[in-house]
Amino acid sequence: MDSLHHVLAPFGPQAGHVHALWMLTLAVCGLVFAAVLAALLIALMRAGRGNAQSAPDLSTVGRPEPGRRHAVAAALAASTLLLLVLIAASIFTDRALARMSTDGALRLEVTAHQWWWEVRYVEPQVADSFITANEIHVPTGRPVIVTLKADDVIHSFWVPSLAGKKDLIPGRTTTMNFRADREGVYRGQCAEFCGSQHALMAFFVVADAPERYQAWAAAQRSPAPEPPPGPPLRGREIFMRSSCAMCHAIDGTPAQAVRGPNLTHMASRGTLAAGSLSNTPDDLKRWIADPQQIKPGTYMPATQLSSEDMDALVGYLQTLR
Amino acid sequence: MDQPRHAPASRLKDGPGPGSREAAALDATWRDPPGVMGWLSAVNHKAIARRFIVTTFGFFVAGGLLAFVMRLQLARPGSTLVGPDLYNQLFTMHGSTMMFLFAVPVMQAVTIYLLPLMLGTRSVAFPRLNAFAYWIFLFGGLMLYVVFFLGAGPDVGWFSYVPLAGPDFSPGKRTDFWAQMITFTELSALVEAIVVITTVFKLRAPGMTLNRIPLFAWAMLVTAFMILFAMPSVMLASTTLITDRLVGTHFYNPAEGGDAVLWQHLFWFFGHPEVYLIFLPGLGFISAIIPTFARRPMFGYTAMVLALIATAFLAFGLWVHHMFAVNLPELGKSFFTAASMLIAIPSAVQIFCWIATLWSGRLDFKTPLLFVLGFFFILVLGGMTGIMLASVPLDLQVHDSYFVVAHLHYVLIGGAVFPLFGAFYYWYPKVTGRLMSERLGRWNFWLFFIGFNVAFFPMHLLGLRGMPRRVYTYQAGLGWDTLNLVATVGAVVIAVSVLLFMVNAVRSLRRGAMAGANPWGAGTLEWATESPPPPCNFHAIPVVHGREPLWEAPRAEAQRSSPAFTHVGGLAADTRELLATTVLDARPDLRVNFPDPTIWPFVSAVAVTGLFIGSVFTPWAVVWGSIPIAIALTAWFWPRRSETAVHLSLERKP
Repeated sequence: MDSLHHVLAPFGPQAGHVHALWMLTLAVCGLVFAAVLAALLIALMRAGRGNAQSAPDLSTVGRPEPGRRHAVAAALAASTLLLLVLIAASIFTDRALARMSTDGALRLEVTAHQWWWEVRYVEPQVADSFITANEIHVPTGRPVIVTLKADDVIHSFWVPSLAGKKDLIPGRTTTMNFRADREGVYRGQCAEFCGSQHALMAFFVVADAPERYQAWAAAQRSPAPEPPPGPPLRGREIFMRSSCAMCHAIDGTPAQAVRGPNLTHMASRGTLAAGSLSNTPDDLKRWIADPQQIKPGTYMPATQLSSEDMDALVGYLQTLR
Repeated sequence: MDQPRHAPASRLKDGPGPGSREAAALDATWRDPPGVMGWLSAVNHKAIARRFIVTTFGFFVAGGLLAFVMRLQLARPGSTLVGPDLYNQLFTMHGSTMMFLFAVPVMQAVTIYLLPLMLGTRSVAFPRLNAFAYWIFLFGGLMLYVVFFLGAGPDVGWFSYVPLAGPDFSPGKRTDFWAQMITFTELSALVEAIVVITTVFKLRAPGMTLNRIPLFAWAMLVTAFMILFAMPSVMLASTTLITDRLVGTHFYNPAEGGDAVLWQHLFWFFGHPEVYLIFLPGLGFISAIIPTFARRPMFGYTAMVLALIATAFLAFGLWVHHMFAVNLPELGKSFFTAASMLIAIPSAVQIFCWIATLWSGRLDFKTPLLFVLGFFFILVLGGMTGIMLASVPLDLQVHDSYFVVAHLHYVLIGGAVFPLFGAFYYWYPKVTGRLMSERLGRWNFWLFFIGFNVAFFPMHLLGLRGMPRRVYTYQAGLGWDTLNLVATVGAVVIAVSVLLFMVNAVRSLRRGAMAGANPWGAGTLEWATESPPPPCNFHAIPVVHGREPLWEAPRAEAQRSSPAFTHVGGLAADTRELLATTVLDARPDLRVNFPDPTIWPFVSAVAVTGLFIGSVFTPWAVVWGSIPIAIALTAWFWPRRSETAVHLSLERKP
């Protein structure tokens, strides 16, 4: 999935504010760094040369050096002033971010698990709510309020091109908000070390024009389509018979477990296993047959199936659009 | 090498010369006994410190090798060199080793060697406790590495955030060994802090008033006080972690009313001052090296001391900047932003004072000074990224990304390892009697400096491109591939440089040029005695007349009409007798009799280790393990007839 993943490529007002503060801070710090090094270089060039044999210069003992003292005091005053500027800029940016309007916001609830993301779209009508995993679709131009929860250990939610990160902590609920102003796919990743597969815990934020988003949401709300007769129908039976149904839910079927990601519309997602694989039939087969090969330590067990059964199962999963 | 022409050292040497009968008696009194038993019962601060330095350097190399394997794994995307399990152990062991087994202990080890020499005395305070601190440090560190080589190294990060480190998500004994090792090494640090504080306050040479203490000793004194306040916090954290894991308490379990964020507060209340515990000794090294190679006293001594103290205070007010992403109240965050940024001011004071000193100096570009100049470049850059991290909005973007990895290595390697290498070249002739090769030293420096920047500068960019830290692999095509490869090449250069350093250090032991007492023509007291120093450090205790006693003694004498006192007489040569002085103005106060070598600190350390290792498996180890500790401690403190007799005879002396 082609996606953006860069602090310095902001595509929303939150990341934009931070970017502006970054440019200011970089300029000030760069200036100070250059000034200090320049002073050091000048000192090295103008100072005399000596060695262990030359007698130490004790002329300054007990005598103040007014010239040096004034220079140091001036340098100190200048650095303090610049620091105060940066502190003020930082606090103002913080305030601006906190005051960002969230009128008419889309509400999401993200729950982090070892090592995948559960996303619940919370609508005023309970029946309109739906669940997806590892992929968040949002309409452009509309603020999004994300409620963050952790199911097991501490994780951190981070989409650099849209907003800064926030931790998900067991026993606590936090929120963050962002807005995507341009259509595109923005990559995000867990930023807090959360165990064995912390490295492979990515997700994507897909920002669509509002109409396209509405169409997507409507499709997500509907239960899984009935598979056509033939291998896909047999694939559903295999799903229900095997260990798959112990962990996954597919709305509209008897599978209702919540341990693993909800698969109701899994074929509509771009990637598998929290961004580890692209969502192709071959990768899906590899993943089902031996997840430990791809994500060692993941909680998904290997599923032994004959190649016919595997084809049927993957054929069925492909119908979950 | 010949003695420097002005040879100030000789001016202080009118005590019993080396070779005289009294000098021989002093050497015999202060020497550790021979043989294996003697080795285990040594209490001479130089012997303990040499072991301590070699041990911590061994851990430095071990931690560096772990990092090297990590860099190889990350050199290209999707690498299968090491899997997640081993990688997570690698970075946990790397962080734990560098923070707990290298950075603070090596500073304390160097201090234990130098402090009595710089202050003009014969030993550190509490020499047996000092030996005990070394042994528990050694055993704690070995414990961690033994379990690592048995395949059970801790794997939840050196910060061990709960609940990941708790009993539910890290079953097995890995984290228990980690937690106990922390308690161990921090106990050692606490003990050493007490040794340092007492030594600086009570055992200075007469005349070394508070405003004449070498800046290095000031830095270590301030560091020791910080240790007293910071370390108990992490010891509390690691102890409650192990009770959570071992006996089912729920300090950190949110399901039972505990709090996962409590761990972070306790940990970072130690963890941020920890950075300054590493950084302040580095500043001390710099303040010792610069005057010597600039051939003039430090500019702004008082400002430097005040800056050290201010840094120590502020260091305790900014731990929350590790937790901005946790979602804490807004006003609190603004306070911690301000505190985190303002700590740059005392650091700036020091940097400006050093530049002012260099500005009017006569410079000698020997290897120690090169490392100091490398320090300037790297530390100032690391300080700038630190200011970025102190800002809440910026931190929320770069926190827990490779930007932070870059920042902390710039600050810690720039702020501590570069000065430490400089210090090593600077004091090596004092410890061994021989100089290290200047040519190899330059290679060592340039390879380290270039390799360091090649390895760590790209990490800033990786962080900005969204690469989180502590990942064992990454996918191709995210824009991280080239930068990671470059960083790995830098790591190879660093490894070559450290290897070169080791070759230089070992080769110079036999082949280095003879150093003489004062090869750099320095001004502080450690250069007044022979290289290496005799067991008693000084055959006659010097009297101090200025901040650079060796530079100022001749001057002070010339200004007086009658010759000034240069030495203290009257200390016994046949017992370990020391002169204690008053805290403020260092007037002679007491004659103190110091203890002889004894095996009991070693035995006590073994008993304590037994208890701690046992407690990883059963809480009952705390009960039964305390019995051998009690026996060992009783034997340690049992008054011996010979020592009592000496005390009595001393009391009878006028």
